[in-house]
Amino acid sequence: MIYAILRRFGQMLFVMFGISVIVFLIFFATPGSDPAARIAGRNASPEVLEAVRHSFGFDRPLYVQYGLMMQKIFVTGDLTSFVNRGWKVVPAVLDAIPVTLSLVFGAAILWVVVSVIIGIVAAATRDSWLDKLLMALGLIGISMPVYWLGEVMNLITQSRYHDTWLFSWVPPLGYKPLMSDPKGWFLTLVIPWITLAVLYIGIYGRVLRAAIIESMQEDFIRTARAKGLSETRILLRHALRTSLIAFVTLFGLDFGALVGGSALLTEVVFGLNGIGKLTYDAMQNLDLPMIMATVMYASMFVVIANAVVDFVYILLDPRVRTS
Amino acid sequence: MSDTMTTTEGPILETRALMKRFSIGTRFSAEGRRTVHAVDNVSLTVRRGETLGLVGESGCGKSTLARCLVRLYDITGGKLFFEGDDITGKSLREMRPLRRRLQMVFQDPSASLNPRRRVGDLVAEPLRIHTKLSAAEIDRRVAELFDIVGLLPDHVARYPHEFSGGQRQRVGIARAIALNPDLVVLDEPVSALDVSVQAQIVNLLADLQEKLGLTYIFIAHDLSVVRQVSTRIAVMYLGSVVEEGPAEAVFSAPAHPYSQALISAVPVVETTPGGSRKRILLTGDVPSPLNPPSGCRFHPRCPIARDRCRTERPEPHSFGADRKVACHFPTL
Amino acid sequence: MMLSVRDLKVSFRTEDGLVWAIDGVSFDLDEGEILGVVGESGSGKTVSLLAVMGLITDPNATIEGSIRYKGRELVGLPAKELRRLRGNEIAMIFQDPMTALTPVYTIGWQIAEQIRAHQNISKAKALDRVEELLAEVNFPNPREAMSRYPHQLSGGMRQRAVIAMALSCNPALLVADEPTTALDVTVQAGILDLVRKLRATHNSAVVFITHDMGVVSELADRVMVMYAGRVVERGSRSALFADPRHPYTRALLGSIPPLTGEKPRRLPAIPGSPPSLLRLPQGCAFGPRCPLRYDACAAEKPALGDGPHAAACLLEAQA
Repeated sequence: MIYAILRRFGQMLFVMFGISVIVFLIFFATPGSDPAARIAGRNASPEVLEAVRHSFGFDRPLYVQYGLMMQKIFVTGDLTSFVNRGWKVVPAVLDAIPVTLSLVFGAAILWVVVSVIIGIVAAATRDSWLDKLLMALGLIGISMPVYWLGEVMNLITQSRYHDTWLFSWVPPLGYKPLMSDPKGWFLTLVIPWITLAVLYIGIYGRVLRAAIIESMQEDFIRTARAKGLSETRILLRHALRTSLIAFVTLFGLDFGALVGGSALLTEVVFGLNGIGKLTYDAMQNLDLPMIMATVMYASMFVVIANAVVDFVYILLDPRVRTS
Repeated sequence: MSDTMTTTEGPILETRALMKRFSIGTRFSAEGRRTVHAVDNVSLTVRRGETLGLVGESGCGKSTLARCLVRLYDITGGKLFFEGDDITGKSLREMRPLRRRLQMVFQDPSASLNPRRRVGDLVAEPLRIHTKLSAAEIDRRVAELFDIVGLLPDHVARYPHEFSGGQRQRVGIARAIALNPDLVVLDEPVSALDVSVQAQIVNLLADLQEKLGLTYIFIAHDLSVVRQVSTRIAVMYLGSVVEEGPAEAVFSAPAHPYSQALISAVPVVETTPGGSRKRILLTGDVPSPLNPPSGCRFHPRCPIARDRCRTERPEPHSFGADRKVACHFPTL
Repeated sequence: MMLSVRDLKVSFRTEDGLVWAIDGVSFDLDEGEILGVVGESGSGKTVSLLAVMGLITDPNATIEGSIRYKGRELVGLPAKELRRLRGNEIAMIFQDPMTALTPVYTIGWQIAEQIRAHQNISKAKALDRVEELLAEVNFPNPREAMSRYPHQLSGGMRQRAVIAMALSCNPALLVADEPTTALDVTVQAGILDLVRKLRATHNSAVVFITHDMGVVSELADRVMVMYAGRVVERGSRSALFADPRHPYTRALLGSIPPLTGEKPRRLPAIPGSPPSLLRLPQGCAFGPRCPLRYDACAAEKPALGDGPHAAACLLEAQA
């Protein structure tokens, strides 16, 4: 078991190394373009260009360039943005991380809890009006674009009905740090959480319902009935447990992607300066050092999320343990 | 060995110390890479026109062996001869002309027939691939094949799902004999069929053998069916042949304790009450081929095992009329 | 009489119309008796026993007739009452041990779950009982086996675990649906021995469903042969095998290749295949395949007689 975990950890490092090399090659070794010119930004003077070239080792072999880049990101942390001159990249990423993590963690808890309940209730009342209603609501949730939903939420809670008893508690847009202002942190994030979770509640609820219904056709469910167990117990202990495997796979992928920057739209709509926003801005300005750093960060989270999924698999399905 | 047959021809198929190993897992998995000895040191002779029955418990390697014999699997070690030619290492391209002479029929007829194609098409397919017959000639041949296996001419345009299990197996057989093969491997051809239909297919196979001069390798777990169709029997246990000989002799006087246990375990209809046969109950399960026992592989379950069996692996030795057994203490 | 089934009918609404999976099945079962139910696919042998267990959950199914267990009518009994019987007084063993157990729980957990569903005892007590049960079904190391997951056991061992589970509450009636079909003959022999032993020690009545005449003849006290949703012949084992009266029973027995003695050149096969329940013949369902059919067979569905050994065949009435 310990060996398996260590091996998985080794694989993680290997994958991250691979991603860093690929990203590095795409941005810095594309033939026919001068990375120094792109890093220095438009209209840079020849002196600046020369300084950039030397500081990133563009006059030396590729592997040295790669090594210098990794050193700047992970060891010295002094990678600077040349678009916003003097702006240190690593602290900027570190500042954005808690914003995105707060947003995504909260939304994830919300969507997992709600979609599990919806999935179970819909599967248990299969083909009834309740099931049909829940699935229709889920479909509406899936089809609402998150930026539109976010703007509507803002319109309702920030202006139209802000002064009513219902939404007067909603603070203005922006992020409040958890450590210094926990109450403010929670209140500012409630609406973004709901907005981000709606789509995933729809998807996960439907996926879980389908998986449970499929499980209920299995032979072991018939055995469970023959044992004289109650339908509730059969559903929760036998069908749900085996259905969670598909659910967890999906969750790992979505969670990793969101933490890695896919929550961009939600971040923009609610004025949260998270990783998505940071990456987007860097892309707009072709800020190569910033892109490099945010992509590394994103890949790290995707890889970590996948590793966590693998461990949850082991907990959920004993067959994975021995094979 | 060939002197028992009056024909001048040698055996149609022969194996010498045939081996098939599978690797499972990767170097990265917890137990590392491991090797399964699915077929271990099998030397067999299949004579023209006979039916060799392969029997044994699930996981004994009988299906793997059969697939090796028609080169559906690559062979890990030993030699395989077809009509005296060494075909052990022949490439796919070199095997092509032989393919039409070596055919296979599978257990589940519904799984081995493409559900989206008409059965006439399915039977015509090997003819299109391996022969230069014209479309009209192919149609004529398909009609002929349908007649031979007992399907009606208008069945040609139907889809597999419109057929019963027995009819589907007839389609599978028509496909297998379309190219006039010499040898057909039948892997559990009647196991998925209803009892009342099994007998029809068994009879059909016997008729075809007589009419077309086919040689069969017949795999089934139902021993009474194997006895019915086979001229000779090879009993397999954990990848090796433990006993081999004429079907009648093996069934009436099995020499290996495993054959005895296997045959005695078959439930038979007793028309006279009380006349129950003596049953040899085996204890335990078939050991994992990943970690086979030392010495004789059957010794942990053998009712007559002695010290020698635990250390020394018995080699097959001949006895009686055309029989072989791999046991230190056989019942002769 | 422990179990008494009268004129049981199970129909399913399908896209192609109403299908009668069971059409008027009646049988009785005494305490400690083993009834063998023989039939091919579609004969209704499994459906009739699922109906007894109350395990037909298909909303398109309709169950008619009467199933009396110890004098109590089971048809129409509320789900909660049925649950109290199921797994407790009436237990079931399924065909495929590979899929019959929930893959994510240990054997011990699953058996203990059943015990605790019916008896008010502590978890530790339940687990002690599991150990006893596993020892009883010949697990060499029951303590250790309890912590195994289904995929870690061989097919034979899994079926033993399923049997141990079925026996956990000392059921008066055990329904076994082809429990040895997926197993090797050597393993099957062990399971059949076990069923015989359990009948002796627990005095449970057993309904044993199979397609294998050999298994029935080794195990059953009485035999019921089914074809296309109806019982075609019923009798004690000795009477039925010594003197099979229905042409189907006779043909079925004849088509089994012998294991000893003279080998027939050709097997006496039954022509055709079992009919689809959607397109049953008008009269006797076996009629189109029967070597002895005559005009009346196509018109009239023969009824099963009352005696201890009876066959549903028009020739019976003439004899």
